[in-house]
Order: sequence, then structure tokens, then C-alpha cells
Amino acid sequence: MDSGGQFSDFLQFLFMGIQRGCIYAMVAMGFNIIYNATGIINFAQGEFVVLGGLMMVTLTMVLPLPLPVAFMLTAAFVMAVGVLMERATINPVKNPSVLRLIIITIAVSILIKGLAMLFWGKESRHMRHFSGEESLHVLGATILPQTLWIIGALVLTVGLFVYFFNYTMTGKSMRACAINRDAARLAGINDRNLIMLSFALSAAIGAIAGIIITPVIQMDYGRGALLGLKGFGAAVVGGLGNSFGAVAAGLILGVIEAMAAGYISSHYMDAVALLILLIVLFVRPSGIFGDREAARFKEF
Amino acid sequence: MKKTVLALAVGLVLLTVWGGMVYAETEEIRIGCLFAVTGKAAWLGEPEKKTAEMLADEINAAGGINGRKIKLIIEDDQADNTRAVTAVKKLIEKDKVCAIIGPSVTGTTMAIIPIMQEAKIPLVSCAAAAAIVEPVAERYWIFKTPQKDSDAVRRIYEHMISKGIKDVGLITATSGFGDAGRTQLKALAAEYKINLVADETYAPTDTDMTAQLVNIRKANAQAVINWSIEPAQAIVPKNMKQLNLTIPLYQSHGFGNIKYAEAAGEAGEGIIFPAGRLLAVDTLAADHPQKAVLTEYKTKYEAKFNEPVSTFGGHAFDALHIVVNALKKVGDDPAKLRDAIETTEFTGTGGAFKMSAQDHSGLDKNAFEMLTVKGGKFVVLED
Repeated sequence: MDSGGQFSDFLQFLFMGIQRGCIYAMVAMGFNIIYNATGIINFAQGEFVVLGGLMMVTLTMVLPLPLPVAFMLTAAFVMAVGVLMERATINPVKNPSVLRLIIITIAVSILIKGLAMLFWGKESRHMRHFSGEESLHVLGATILPQTLWIIGALVLTVGLFVYFFNYTMTGKSMRACAINRDAARLAGINDRNLIMLSFALSAAIGAIAGIIITPVIQMDYGRGALLGLKGFGAAVVGGLGNSFGAVAAGLILGVIEAMAAGYISSHYMDAVALLILLIVLFVRPSGIFGDREAARFKEF
Repeated sequence: MKKTVLALAVGLVLLTVWGGMVYAETEEIRIGCLFAVTGKAAWLGEPEKKTAEMLADEINAAGGINGRKIKLIIEDDQADNTRAVTAVKKLIEKDKVCAIIGPSVTGTTMAIIPIMQEAKIPLVSCAAAAAIVEPVAERYWIFKTPQKDSDAVRRIYEHMISKGIKDVGLITATSGFGDAGRTQLKALAAEYKINLVADETYAPTDTDMTAQLVNIRKANAQAVINWSIEPAQAIVPKNMKQLNLTIPLYQSHGFGNIKYAEAAGEAGEGIIFPAGRLLAVDTLAADHPQKAVLTEYKTKYEAKFNEPVSTFGGHAFDALHIVVNALKKVGDDPAKLRDAIETTEFTGTGGAFKMSAQDHSGLDKNAFEMLTVKGGKFVVLED
């Protein structure tokens, strides 16, 4: 029966929330990687997502290449953009104060947005779902196979990054850099290269996010700002720099938005999400999962 | 001494040439254009800009208006109210335009109406909401070319009644166009005895409307009306398919771009919406009064820009033609121009315009045809 009961409706809202939440979480993780390495917020993070989505559309719909090939090429392309951005705009700065670097990232985001508009035009681009558009039935609710792809991609990237930052030397060095760059340098860590790597990694995660969400949401050149904003909200709520927090907060925000749309009113969906953000900032400025002690030493 | 004289002479010559240029420039008729060429409504503004430029080139190539060339000064407002207000002030004060066509969307049009009224310059908007030209007493200088949203609502409700649909769920975008449409849908429901059982909205940049559609399903709606101009409107049919929600989907005339249907893909099949006849010109009877103008515009636009024509470009086509026709009659004095525009009788892409002191839109509900998506194409709905 189509008009399901209360539980299946709840489940449907939950699925929608999880899908939104995964998108926010992936963008938030991108923020965190660069934040962890440099202490700055990269406002071009949303543009990485857009580039990933648009490039994937071109490679799969226009050329058309098989999905895995297009996936690798797209990720490589966006990573190259990330590295180029770091080498051309962040690295040469003589006196890299946090504020100065953040303003540079804003400038880069505007530049990328403009270039994307020139190359891909202004209209929304759409692409086929990875594995069919027939929705799956789960206890009276429906879920798209693409949503499962999104959840899977999130789980996989979170796993990889947690492993990278906690169990590899390079990852640990990046964290050391974030805590105290001068001390890390004295200990023999090449901080400049690590920063480049962090841009490459966050570009990659942005690209992955863009690639897997485009079939569901369509992509256009101007979408980066909003994706970035929601992802930034998730990163802040979760505690800046905390990967686990970013994922949890992203999911919480997504689910709250979906529940607000379902049970309160779709008119106030975004307002509810912003309200949560404000409450968290008032009550726990370091974020739900952020370390209060650590937050005190941050440069903001 | 010799040098000074030489310099003076050169200066004088230059001054004369420059002065001549300035004089020649004032000989042109300056028309301001305000379109959302970039930004969230670029799908509207882009074809409007292209259309206006194409027409202006044609008119100038044919010798202009009574021997004077026209010069379009095109500003991009990005569908942003602040930018629109700044741009329109620039057009009026710096460029000294005699009339303005555009903007592309209802929100920006509403924002600049007070400025146009004060500056006493006629505006022919390319946005749809009835509120742009009503109440007409407060809209002395304002006209518009798209068919009225209230007429679109009437056509949709009439079609629903003919199909025995009574309970309807609304889902509208929280943009100027969506809000205005929602107001009209609610206001006219009682007249047609339609029950609005659900009233949901989504942000123009939103990505998933399943929660709203679940609520519409819960309310036992017999049909859904989706009112939006944004690309996000193509997500609604996809979400309905995902939810196996098989009730009919009606969309607004804002669906009038074949790219939206492409984006909706298979899920878009069978969507019903009212639109100007431009989109279905191939299936229009040969003796229809609009056939010639529609075919001409469509052929020229598609040959020149190599992309499918959209109703939005047609709104700019009509707006510029209305201004140019008035210019031919009375010249570029804004007050005379306004009076001439008010007496417009012109068959354009939107329909047969017949403006008057009581009606600054000039179109009725017959300007709309009910269309549907069939095989990925727009065709006239037959039933």
C-alpha cells in the first residue's frame, strides 16, 4: 500500500535525513582535513564538490567513459586543482596569518566558481544514477540505490581518514603541524609539503562527495557556497578538526532538517537547522564533540 | 610658442571629434535591459539576453527606428534584489535610458517597482506574477509580458475539475515566483471548489523533497501542484517516482524549458503544465494567429545559438517588441512612450497582447495551452 503508516513515514524522513546528513558530513570532513593541517577554514571546499560533480557529468554523460575510470579521472582532476590552489595561492604567502589565508580561500572559491561557469555554463547538469533508479522498499519506506552509494562512500572515506590520521606517520605529522607548526618543523617535519597534501586530500574528499551526490541533486556552478555553508555548520557543531564529530554532526543536522520538514513544516526546515547551530554555539562554542581545552588554544 | 599652438590645435581637433561622438551617441535610442544572466535564475536571464541582443542587431541592421539605431544597455542583476536596485539606478541616472525591459524574476521586479514609479520611466517586466501589474493604479509605469500566474492557476484548476480532481497537495519553492504562485493557488481554490489538503515548500537550492511529498501522500491528495522556476523543480517528479507516488503532477508555466524535462528524465513523463505556445509550435495548427511569429523566433534563435528555445527568451522578445513598436510611434520621451505602450496590440510569443489602462499585462488565460511531457518532448495535451 502506498500511503504507509506512521512508522514507515518516520523511516522515510529518516532516510532523507541520512542522505542529507551524509552530504554535509563529507563536506565537513573536507574542512577538517585542511583545518587540521593549517588551522584555516578553506572556503573553497564547496567548490571542490561542485568541480567533482561537474567533471563527472562531463566524463560520464558527454564522453562517455565507464564509471570507475571517470571516477578516478575526476578525483585526480580535483586533487590537481587543490594542489594548484595551495601552490599558487597559499604557499607563496610571506606572512601566513590565519585571517589572511582564509580570505585567500574565499577569493579562490569565487575564482573557481567563475571558471566553472565559463566551462560548464550556467544550467544545472544531471547524470544517471550509478545503479538504476528503481527505489528499494524497506519496511514500507523507499530508498534509492544511490543513497546507499552515498552512505557507503561516507563510511569508506571516514574509515580511511581515521586510519590515516591516527595510525600513519604522515597523518600524525599533519596533526602535529596543526597543534604547533614551529615545534613540528623543529622536529623535522616538512610542514609545507604536508599542507599541500592536506589540500590534495580535502580536494579528493570534496570530489568524491560531488561525484556521488550529483545523480540525486543535479549540479550547477553556483551550488558550492550553500554546500560549503551547510558543511561548515556541521564541522562547527561537531567540533572543528574532529572527523568523528563532523560525521555525527552532519548526520544530526540532516536528520533534524528532514524531521522538521516532515513533522513541523517544510517552511521552517532551514530555520530549524540554523537554530540548532546557534544553540550549539551558545552552549558549547567548541562544538558537541570538540575538545573545550583544545578550543581555548585555537587562534580565532 | 609654436608647440603650444600645435598642442592647442590638436586639442581642439580632438575635442571636436569627441564632441561629435558624444553627439552621435545621444542620437541612439537607449533601452535598459535588466536580466539575471548569471546566478540562480541564469536559466531565465541567459536566453532573455541572447534574444534581446539578437533582436536589437536585426533592428539596427534594418536601419533602426525612424533612422535612429537602438542601443541596449544590459545589466546582470543575478536575480538579487540589491543588485537589481543598484543596476536600475545606474540605467536611469547614468545611461539615461528611455525604458527598461526585464528583470527576469518576480522578486527583483517587485524590488525595483518603486524606483521606476518615482523615476517615471516605463518598465516592461519579463516576470510572471500578477502582483507586478496589479493593482494597476499603483503600477502606472509598469507592464509585463509573461502570462499571468493567476491565469496559469485557472487553467490548471479547470483541467483538474474536468478530471474530477478535488483534493490537491501544493509544493512550492520559497522564491518570489513560488510565493506568488502559492498565493494565487490559495486565493483561487475556493472559486473552483478545490481543497488544498497540503501546503509544502522547498528552498530553491534544495536537493530532496521526499519529506514534503510524504506529507502530501498522508493528506490523501489526488494530485500534486509544483510551483517553481528553479532547476530543483525537476527533483519533485524524481522523488515522486522514488516514493511510488503515482498521482498526477501539475507544474507551473515555470517548467517551460525542455532542459527541466531532460533533468527529470523518465520521471518527468506525463507532467501536465500550462505554457505559452512557443514550446509546442510544431503541434500548433497552421492557421493559428501566433504560428508565424513563433516559428520565426524559434527558427532564428535555434539557428543562431544552437540551443532549444525557451518561453523565457520569448518574454524578452515580446518586451522588446512592445517597447520598439511604441518607440516607432512616439519616439523616446518616457511619458509618451508609456502612453503608447498602454495601447499595445501585438501578437507575440506569449499570446495576443491587448493592453489598456486597466490591464498592463494584456493577456488572458487563453494565452496558455495545456502541455505535457511525452517521449521527452513538450506536446499539446489532448483531452
